[in-house]
Amino acid sequence: MTPDPSSRTAVNYLNVDYGVRSWLLTKDHKRIGFLYLVSITVMFAIGGLAALAIRLDLLTPAGDLMGDDTYNKMFTMHGVAMVFFFLVPSIPAVLGNFLIPLMIGARDLAFPRLNLASWYIFILGGGITLYAVLTGGVDTGWTFYTPYSTEGSNTNVTSAALGVFVSGFSSILTGLNFLVTIHRMRAPGLRWLRLPLFVWAQYATSIIFILGTPVIAITVLLVAVERSLDIGIFDPALGGDPILFQHLFWFYSHPAVYIMILPAMGVVSEIIPCFTRNKIFGYKFIAVSSLAIALLGFLVWGHHMFVSGQSVNASLIFSFLSFAVAIPSAVKVFNWTATLYKGSIGFEAPMLYALGFIGLFTIGGLTGLFLASLGLDVHVHDTYFVVAHFHYIMVGGAVMGYLGGLHFWWPKISGKLYPEWLARVSAVIIFLGFNLTFFPQFVLGYLGMPRRYHVYPPEFQVLNVFSTAGASILGFGYLLPIVYFAWSMRYGKVASANPWNAAGLEWATPSPPPPDNFAETPVVEDDPYGYTRIDPGEELQVA
Amino acid sequence: MIPELPLFPEQASTMAGPVDQLYFFLIALSAFFSLLVAGLIIAFSIRYRRRRVRLERPEDFGMLQLEIGWTVLPFVLSMVIFYWGAMLFIDLRRPPADSLEVFAVGKRWMWKMQHLEGRREINELHVPIGQPVKVTLTSEDVIHSFFVPAFRVKQDAVPGRYTDLWFEATKPGRYHLFCAEFCGSQHARMIGQVIAMEPADFQAWLSGTERGAAPVSMAEAGKRLFTDLGCVTCHQTDDSGRGPSLVNVAGSAVELSDGSSVVADSAYLRESILRPQQRVTAGYQPIMPTYQGLVGEDQVLELIAYIESLRDRGSTPLGEVTQRKTEAATEGTAG
Ligand code: HEC
Ligand SMILES: [Cu+2]
Ligand SMILES: [Cu+2]
Repeated sequence: MTPDPSSRTAVNYLNVDYGVRSWLLTKDHKRIGFLYLVSITVMFAIGGLAALAIRLDLLTPAGDLMGDDTYNKMFTMHGVAMVFFFLVPSIPAVLGNFLIPLMIGARDLAFPRLNLASWYIFILGGGITLYAVLTGGVDTGWTFYTPYSTEGSNTNVTSAALGVFVSGFSSILTGLNFLVTIHRMRAPGLRWLRLPLFVWAQYATSIIFILGTPVIAITVLLVAVERSLDIGIFDPALGGDPILFQHLFWFYSHPAVYIMILPAMGVVSEIIPCFTRNKIFGYKFIAVSSLAIALLGFLVWGHHMFVSGQSVNASLIFSFLSFAVAIPSAVKVFNWTATLYKGSIGFEAPMLYALGFIGLFTIGGLTGLFLASLGLDVHVHDTYFVVAHFHYIMVGGAVMGYLGGLHFWWPKISGKLYPEWLARVSAVIIFLGFNLTFFPQFVLGYLGMPRRYHVYPPEFQVLNVFSTAGASILGFGYLLPIVYFAWSMRYGKVASANPWNAAGLEWATPSPPPPDNFAETPVVEDDPYGYTRIDPGEELQVA
Repeated sequence: MIPELPLFPEQASTMAGPVDQLYFFLIALSAFFSLLVAGLIIAFSIRYRRRRVRLERPEDFGMLQLEIGWTVLPFVLSMVIFYWGAMLFIDLRRPPADSLEVFAVGKRWMWKMQHLEGRREINELHVPIGQPVKVTLTSEDVIHSFFVPAFRVKQDAVPGRYTDLWFEATKPGRYHLFCAEFCGSQHARMIGQVIAMEPADFQAWLSGTERGAAPVSMAEAGKRLFTDLGCVTCHQTDDSGRGPSLVNVAGSAVELSDGSSVVADSAYLRESILRPQQRVTAGYQPIMPTYQGLVGEDQVLELIAYIESLRDRGSTPLGEVTQRKTEAATEGTAG
């Protein structure tokens, strides 16, 4: 092995420079990834507190905790913060930024300045949105449906829409940067079919960023224009068409689901081979299914509109395509499961998250079939069934993947080990808390409880109490990693270059990596996931 | 007191059973696949947990066959579900021809219901059991959604257009009516009731009013509006007025000034009243004033009910209101 790379004297990206200026003006993709990590954690905290308030209010049928308008602002804040400012940027902007150059043996992304600019744009967009929240709030829901958002609501819709519009450019530029980097900057010998699946997933995600984000940006801008200038685009009273908004909105927002889940699938595809010491099963199928999902995902937006008055024929086609897009996801689940076969399986925290991901994503995906079924969707549309379904995908899937990835690459990012046992315990707490929170919501939804209701008939109370109990467990579970990650930055054991004995170029450089990643440009001679070559007796380094 | 913990909604319409069958099928299917995946993960995790000596996996164990198998099988299964769901949807979207018609207008934050016979209700809808009921929906302001869980039906009420849903209640009772599309402050309080009654009770209810006097039918009310709003000054029984005669217009094909033609359904009639310049009838000047803002959606529905009652050119003098579908409806409930 290399001489101890993490000895205090070695220069790495964290200690190469000190001071706020050195961070705010950095062009190093690793530092920018870190900046995103801190910013989206703040957003996660804001969205999480709003969720807590929502769940507490729902403890009683009368919604005693807050007034109608406050509640409506709370779920809007929860949705906007979580979707646009946490989930969409989470894995791409944090882990993707940090890892893509390392994984492909490059010294940085293709456009380092642009990368920093993307972060500033993100902060600007987030700032505008926070301003909207602090100066009175927004109550349209994260979906901004017209004509409520253009004519009905007298809250800060315009500035919130502007915030989302601005932050969209951050996504577009990040996607562009990733695509060019992956195309142009791969190390010698790193052919497309040798790319780690995480990079494939980021590639597919970047395509969606570039094709989808402009549409949502224009759409929310049109909402702002209609509100301030009274030009009839969506409001029927002004001669507009409210359903047009839904088409435009979901044209982005369905693919956005894949922006959130594809990168998590990429993370899981890295973790599972490492902790089974196996080659990934069906490499090509997993890689191709990411692309298939990215492209098919653009053709199914109408499944959000089965009861909107959309024509029966359109609904039939959208339903059919929605079933089709489920297939590549199913293929991935089977491939991950098959990777366990004849492995040498360890249950460190990243693996617990990855296994949790498979379970929760499977349930999320299967309940998606309920919603894609036309006749059944009529009943469950806009109920808690939908809420439960997309939380299984976006929290059970995307957030579990993000946390799994953070744990897996934390030694690389911070140069320190997190406390392994505490991490395993919190993974289990999160898994249990999550299920207690969201499983009852499937039942509630089929019973008929509509979403965005803060007063409800008394017969729904027991299930809501379960859900709130689960949410408090879940909230506690999320607090733990935030605390012990921060703690480990200072007090954690020093990590070796490759504590997991993992394959992949990112592990071939010291932890944390030096500012320009690799002393020498690596040359790739093998397929990824060469785990069979690793001595099974070798111990992992865990704290 | 033991708290209520229902796990499953009441079945109170003809469609509730078929929808629930698909639901249970999907639950069984989901349980099967979740348990399969979870079972394999757990079994592999135990059997192949990390040890000193490891098993070497053969390089290719039935790779391609497996991949094809687990692509094709889910595809076939999902097509079965697609077909099943689509058939249900087509049934849910097609109101039977003998449906009783009622109208619901969403307005922040209440539902205003109208029956053809003239009874109006707020946040309550009385319907007979054993008789299909078609609810025509629209909204005065933002999008609402008409949702009756016990009937497994839901449809958005969209401002500026008509949508509809239908159901056939199977047992008398009071059922939740929710607004399912977020519509602002009191969205969660836009809750009403559908009250399903025995046909005879429903008939009795229909012919009474709160004050005891017989209600004025929608078409009759529309006729009054037609006079009060001055429509009658331009629209006569024959084509002698400045506007075309409206007798027999409803449901017929109308030639437009741009050469195209359109079926005069309720959406077209609504547009003709509120935005007359949008589509101008061939052979006439675009002189009709807009009534946007002057009449509410409930009044538009009454005007349309009146125009639809103008049938039988020649034999019926203009203004003779003919009952639409109500006789059929009454007969249906008697059987
Ligand atoms: C000033 C005269 C005038 C008045 C008042 C008027 N209309 Fe009209 N209406 C017209 C003319 C002219 C047309 C045909 C040109 C057009 O389509 O705009 C027309 C067309 C229509 C049509 C479409 C008929 C077709 O064959 O396509 C309907 C329905 C209608 N009017 C209903 C009404 C109602 C209901 C009112 C009262 C609320 C009303 N009109 C008041 C002049 C009038
Ligand atoms: Cu979607
Ligand atoms: Cu509502």
